[in-house]
Order: sequence, then structure tokens, then C-alpha cells
Amino acid sequence: MATSPRATQQKFEPWTDPDAKSYVRIEKVTKKFGDFIAVDDVSLHIYKKEIFCLLGASGCGKTTLLRMLAGFERPTSGKIFIDDVDMTAIPPYERPVNMMFQSYAIFPHMTVEQNVAFGLKQEGLAKTEIEGRVNDMLQLVKLGQFAKRKPHQLSGGQRQRVALARSLVKKPKLLLLDEPLAALDKKLREHTQFELINIQETLGVTFIVVTHDQEEAMTLSTRIGLMNHGEIVQVGTPSEMYEYPNSRFVSEFIGSVNTFEGKLIEDEPSYVRIECADLEAPIFVNHGVSSAPGATIWAAIRPEKITVSREKPADADNWASAVVRDIAYMGDMSIYLLKLDSGKIVRVTQPNVYRHADDRVTWDERVYLHWHSSSPVVVTK
Amino acid sequence: MKRWLTRWTPSGRSLVTSVPYLWLLLFFLVPFVIVLKISFSASQIAMPPYQPLFHWASEKVLQIQLNLGNFAFLVEDNLYIRAYLNSIFVAAVSTLLCLLIGYPIAYSMARSSPSTRNILLLLVTLPFFTSFLLRVYAWIGILKNNGLLNNTLISLGVIDQPIQMLQTDFAVYVGIVYSYLPFMILPLYANLEKMDLTLLEAAADLGCKPWQGFLKITLPLSKHGVIAGCLLVFIPAVGEFVIPSLLGDPGMLMIGKVLWTEFFNNRDWPVASAVAIALLMFLVIPIMYLDRAQNAEPAEGARK
Amino acid sequence: MMHGRPWFRMISLALGFAFLYIPVASLVFYSFNKSRLVTVWGGFSTKWYGELLHNTQILNAAWLSLKVATLSATLAVVLGTLAGMVLARFGPFKGRTLLSGLTTAPLVMPEVITGLSLLLLFVTMEQLIGWPAGRGMTTIVISHVTLTMAYVTVIVQSRLTQLDDSLEEAAMDLGARPFKVFFLITLPIIFPALMSGWLLAFTLSLDDLVITSFVAGPGSSTLPMVIFSKVRLGVSPDINALATILVTIVSIGVTIAGFTMTRQQKIRERDSQMALAANQQMIDSLRKG
Repeated sequence: MATSPRATQQKFEPWTDPDAKSYVRIEKVTKKFGDFIAVDDVSLHIYKKEIFCLLGASGCGKTTLLRMLAGFERPTSGKIFIDDVDMTAIPPYERPVNMMFQSYAIFPHMTVEQNVAFGLKQEGLAKTEIEGRVNDMLQLVKLGQFAKRKPHQLSGGQRQRVALARSLVKKPKLLLLDEPLAALDKKLREHTQFELINIQETLGVTFIVVTHDQEEAMTLSTRIGLMNHGEIVQVGTPSEMYEYPNSRFVSEFIGSVNTFEGKLIEDEPSYVRIECADLEAPIFVNHGVSSAPGATIWAAIRPEKITVSREKPADADNWASAVVRDIAYMGDMSIYLLKLDSGKIVRVTQPNVYRHADDRVTWDERVYLHWHSSSPVVVTK
Repeated sequence: MKRWLTRWTPSGRSLVTSVPYLWLLLFFLVPFVIVLKISFSASQIAMPPYQPLFHWASEKVLQIQLNLGNFAFLVEDNLYIRAYLNSIFVAAVSTLLCLLIGYPIAYSMARSSPSTRNILLLLVTLPFFTSFLLRVYAWIGILKNNGLLNNTLISLGVIDQPIQMLQTDFAVYVGIVYSYLPFMILPLYANLEKMDLTLLEAAADLGCKPWQGFLKITLPLSKHGVIAGCLLVFIPAVGEFVIPSLLGDPGMLMIGKVLWTEFFNNRDWPVASAVAIALLMFLVIPIMYLDRAQNAEPAEGARK
Repeated sequence: MMHGRPWFRMISLALGFAFLYIPVASLVFYSFNKSRLVTVWGGFSTKWYGELLHNTQILNAAWLSLKVATLSATLAVVLGTLAGMVLARFGPFKGRTLLSGLTTAPLVMPEVITGLSLLLLFVTMEQLIGWPAGRGMTTIVISHVTLTMAYVTVIVQSRLTQLDDSLEEAAMDLGARPFKVFFLITLPIIFPALMSGWLLAFTLSLDDLVITSFVAGPGSSTLPMVIFSKVRLGVSPDINALATILVTIVSIGVTIAGFTMTRQQKIRERDSQMALAANQQMIDSLRKG
């Protein structure tokens, strides 16, 4: 799971600052199409210079929400504020917001230059200024030599950069991106991800990105808003979403996870012990959990946090015995599917630290699984 | 910057919508109302040759004279009923013939290679752009007693005497099928061309023979094209005038001719209107069906 | 990747096109027949073309038809494009079904009905408001526009439905108001469809007989009306000559259109190939780097 290089640079966390003013305020926005509720009472605060990703499966409402930000749909109820101005009823051609469409929507009858200049012409700027800004932008997206080309003479990646240039040249307050990397080749996708981040940092524009690809969201964003059935399920940084999911849905959507259903047998402020039907030993978690007494809870453990070994662990908790059902060798790591005595399949990934395979655990072996007491995430829904 | 420019947009739209709408209301819909009105009127020697429908009786009371005589006339004189029935029959048979001839052509076009397809499409639409009237006229030259067809048959020794082909029902069928064939081929072709050919491959993979594949997959999926083509041929063919006039027997009863005769020869505008209304009543249902079919979901089984 | 038996396809196509073209060919062939008896070959001659060019009745009718056709085609394109825009882009609104019906019905309505109803309308209007005064070019043009705009609407509507509306949304997003979007973006892109709409409307107008007969007045005879009155009486070789001229013009026009389209297609394909190759190069270099 790749993490953004920015995470290692100076901390950019305006959402933790109680005095920071949000740049985009979505207040209790709902959108209904007839009886169908596409967006259900969504409220979000997005800060300047963020790259905020709306993540979710098809039909979860993320695109509808994006279109409402752009002005192509009107909320059934609720308000949208951009830089403190109520934009709810303003048509798209009057908003300081620009959108990069999934299909790029490059005007086929105009050259690259004319495409990029289009938005500036609508603003009524002087010809020389338009030319200057267009040239600078084309240099930034590395399309300078293609200025006079027509769209059908460009590759997919080049067309995307035209779409980007066309939106950014207007210096919008907000740039909306609809599945920006979906149409690209895998290799090109990685390359473009980092280019996008660089361009955003250079220009300081606030990005809101819609995507269904959680890897994309993890790489690009400062924060992710995960949506399901029109609602925002959780908002957080990529590592918060991954390591501290607030529900089974979140833990299962982002990355893979093993979920164990169980009951609290010990509930203390500094630790809990959970009894699971599938496991011989209880799960010991080294922090407290707030949950209703007697309620069913789930412990979610990520595959990379579990170790596989032939020796039985010394711990009284946090281990299980299983048989190796399947191994997928991925080169850098191996994925193990292990069958517990209860029948449940557990997924474990381990890096292949040593080159030679002789010593590695193999099919049908009986092995022991072990994990640290800080690894399980306890969710109540 | 709180300008209610959204107020602009609806009226801009209303303007754009109203221009064609008003035109069509005035020049297409209103005329039918007038035809309806005049069909209730009675003929008189005047210009225009029908009695006014409304007239002011005393004390500003508007009196409407509804003369149902014309419609009664239509029903009594069984000439009209026979003409309606014959027209429907001829149109139906022609539609069927167009389908039988046009389907193989459309199918073969759709299954050709893309470059050939475009040329074929061009070739099919080319006659359409030459005059309809002239092409019907061409058949006169072909079907005459000393026309092309008879001369060829005689010179080949197939027959001794020329066969009477012109001024027969046969000639009318040939004329209608010939003129309306592109109207059958084009929608069929459009439908067949969009069909996902991998469906047939899947069927073959599951054990279907080619002709079974055609019957069970291609044919049902081309339903929309067939319906559109049939309606595009049938509806106008019922009221066809030119072809029966030029190619058919003078006594052949087609409702289009009847209407023309009533109007131009008998100068009986009210009866002509009644004929038109009766015809319209019949055609309204297929026309609405066509409109619905055009707006229906795009073809199932189309390529993604 | 061809399907089925090619011989079936070839025979259907051969027979089908023979059926379509033999009558046209016969018209052309006999226009060069010296003999007046059109179908009895009397030797090669172009005398009918000469006669045609001196026939003022036909020439006047042809000129009127051309004027009417040009005017009505242009009006039909304007109205039909508006209607097509409304039906394709404006979403549902009150009265949409009626509009949709009004634009489909003229396509199939038997011309005797349309012709009669239009004439009665003109007569009534003249009684009520004094316009149109008498039947002539005005009434013919109005009738032709009403008929042919339906075809233009169908063409434009289908082209717009194919067109990715995110292009128009992108233009609005970049600051252009809806009217501007139409003229700067939509119109240039759908222009070929408008052209074919114009040509279709032109052809239909030029060729129309039945409706025109109802709504034309004395002194305004269009070409089809003259042709019809002549051929009712029998075959006439100068009509063959006229037909040949028309067929030639149309064929040349359609062939040119066909070639232009094919050439444009080839250029696009070549450009797309270039772009794809460039893309592949870039991916390869990333793989290595």
C-alpha cells in the first residue's frame, strides 16, 4: 500500500486546527431524483489547498455530490459555500469552480491552444494576456510542442493534460476531478498521480477528486471521505482510514481485512478481551473500547499485521492455529490463505524477506498465526 | 454576486422551445382541426366551396351546424369503405413484400466489412435522392406492353405476346415496394449494424447452428428495426396517390385517389375532408405506436 | 470476422441493388433514344436534351422549384435544429410528448391528408386575416418547411443524443452561457448533420408533388407538377432527359460527399494511430525508467 510522499514532509493538517476556516462548506446537502435519494444529508468541511477524495463504489452518490459542487445539479435541500459565498443557486458558468471531466470533454473542433484559451476568452481578457497564460500552462503540463494539434491527434494521457490545463488556467478556487485516472494505463496512472500532486502543490489549488479506486485515493489525498448509499461514512487521512476504520464497511472497503465477530469478556478502560467462536484464544486489545454491554463487536486485523510461524506462540491471547489452504507468490510478498479449525479463512500477507524458498511455509502445513495487541481494530458496526 | 441569472435560463429555453412548437401547432395541428370542422360542413358553390360552420343567430348566440351528412355518405356509399379496405390491404401486402426483400439486403449490408458497409449505405440512399416521381415514371417505361420487360421476355422467347403489367394491381405493388424499400432497409440496417456479434459467437459456442442463431438471436433482437421499418412503409402507403395514379388501373380503389378526386375533380371539399378524417382516425394508432417506438430504449443486444 | 455464408450476402446485395438501379438505368438509357417511342430503340441521339432546354414551361417550373427548395430547406434546418435541441437536451417538460408527436407525424402522414389540411388552413387564414393572399410561393414554402423540418429534427436529435453532453457542460463550466455554448461548441460539432439535413430537406422539397398540388395556386407550377401532368398522358422522352440530368447531378453530389467523408475518416484514423503509437512509446519509456 503506497503512502503519499507528502506524509513525510511538514504536516499539513488544517482540519485539526480549531481556528482554521473551511474553504468549502457543504451543509446538510441532500439530492433526490424522484424517490431515489442520491445524496443523503451530507456535511463536509474542506480546507484550502487540500486534495480531498470522495471515495466509494458506483452509485454511492460521490459523482452527484461533485456535480452539485460544479453547479450541474441543484441540491434538493442544504447549502454549499465556497470561500464563504453561498453558491447553492449559482449556475456553473458563474462559479469560480472548474471541473475536469472523466471523458476529458476536449472540444474536438479546436486545437489544444484554443481549448485551453476557451475559458479565458469567456472572461473577456486581453489577447496578449490569454496567450501568455496559455503558454505558461502548456509548459507546466508539458504540452508546449502540441499547442497546434487537434484532439484526435493526441493520446489519452495527453488529452487529460489538456483538460487539466484548460481548467487550471482560469485559476479557479476549486478544481473538481471526476475519476481522473480511470482511463489511463496502469503504468501511466502511477506517473500521473505524482504529476497531479506536483502541479497541485505548485499552483496551490484546492482539489476535490472523485474516485472508486482506493489505491488512487490513498496516494493522492490529504483526506478521504468514504461514501456509501449517499452518506459520508468516514472522513480522515489515508492512514486514519486504514488503521482506524470506524466500521466494518470502511475496514473492508479500504485494503483487505480479517474480521472476527465476538463478545467482550473483559471490558476495562485500558484494555479489552474479546472471545470469538472462530479462535481458540481470545483477542486482547491494548486500548479501551466504548460499546454497549453484551453487544456484538468485531475485531478487524489487517493481513500484514499477522505473522505465520511453525512454533506455537508463548502468548495466552492473540494467536490461532490454522492449515495453509493457498499461497499466492507475488514476488515481493506472498499472500497466504489459512483455514482455521472453525472453517473461517484468514488472509495473511508476508514480505518474502529471504530469497530462497526452501524454508517457507507450504501448502497443507499446520501453522500458528500471531499478532500484536495493538493490531486489532474494534468496530461496533 | 447574487444575480438571479437562473431567471434568464427558463425564458431563454422557453423562447427556443416555442419557435418550432408554435410553427408546428399552427401549420400542422391546427389544419387538422380545420379539416375536422369542414368535414362537418356541406358543399356549396362558392369560394371556398363549403358552408360556414358557425353563424350568429339572434342575440349573439353562436350556432354550430354540425352536418354529419358527409360521414353518413361515406358509410352509405360502399365505394369509400371498399377503398379504405383495399388501401389497407395493398399497404399491408406491400409492407410484407418490402420486409421480405429488404431484410436480406439490410442483413447483408450490416454483416459486410465496415468500409464496404459505407459504400453500400451510400448506394442504397442514392436512389432516394433522385426524384420519387421520376423513378415511378421509369416503371411505366419498363412495364408497358412494348416496354423494357415485355420486350426482353419476348426476345428471350419466354412469351409470345406482351403481358399486361401496367395499369394492374401488380404494377402498383411493384411501384410501392420499389419506392418505399429504402424506408424499410435503413431502420433495419441501423438496428442490425449495432448488434453485438459476440452474442452469435456465444450461441455457436453453446451448440447453435448458424440458422438457429439467426432465428433465435438476430431476428428477435431486430424486432425494433422491423417494427420501425414496417410502420415507415405501411402508414404512408395507405394514403398513397401517385403510384396508383400512374401505374394502376384507373378503376383501382385507393383512398388517396378517392380523396384527390373528391377534392380536385368533384370540388367537394367537405367530403374530401371527411375522407381525410376517417383515414386519420385509422392511422392515429399506428402513428402513436411509431412515436413510442422511436422514443423507446435503444436496442437491446447492442454493442457496448 | 465475417459471418455466415458470403454467397448469400453477395446474391442478396446483387439482386437488391439491381432492383434498385435498373429502373434508373433504363431512364438514362432511353433518354438517348432517337425514337419517340421510348422503349423502342431508334438509334443514339441527344435531341431530347435539346428539346428540354427549349421547353420554357419546364425551365420555369425548374427555376421555381429550385427557389422554393433552397428557401424551405434553409428554414427547415433552422426550425428542425431548434426542435432537435429541445427534444435532445431540454429534458422532460410539459408538452414534450406533444412536440415529439408533432415532429414524428409529418414523417409518415400520407401527403394527401397533409396537403388537404394545409390548403384548408390557408383558405381559412385568408378569410380571417387576409394572409396568405392567394396560393403561391409563400404557401408552398410554408408547406414544405412543415413537412421537411420533421426530417431535420430526427437527424439533429439523433446526432445530439450521440454527442457527449459533457462537452457542453465543460463549456459552461469554463464560463460560457448556454447560448454561447450552442454557437461555439454544439453547432460546429453537429454541422455535418445540419448539412445532411439541409440536403435532405432540399431534395424532398424539390421532389414533392402531392402537397404542392394542393397548396400551389394558378401560375405557380413546380417541376414535379409539370412532370406529373406530362407523364399522366404517357411516356415522354424529354422527361427521360430531365431525369438523366437530375440523376447525374445527384450522383456526382453523393459521390463527392462519400469521398470527402471517407478521406476525412482516413485522416482521423491515421492521426489516432499516431497518437496511440506515441502513447505506447511513453509507456515503454516509463517501464524502462
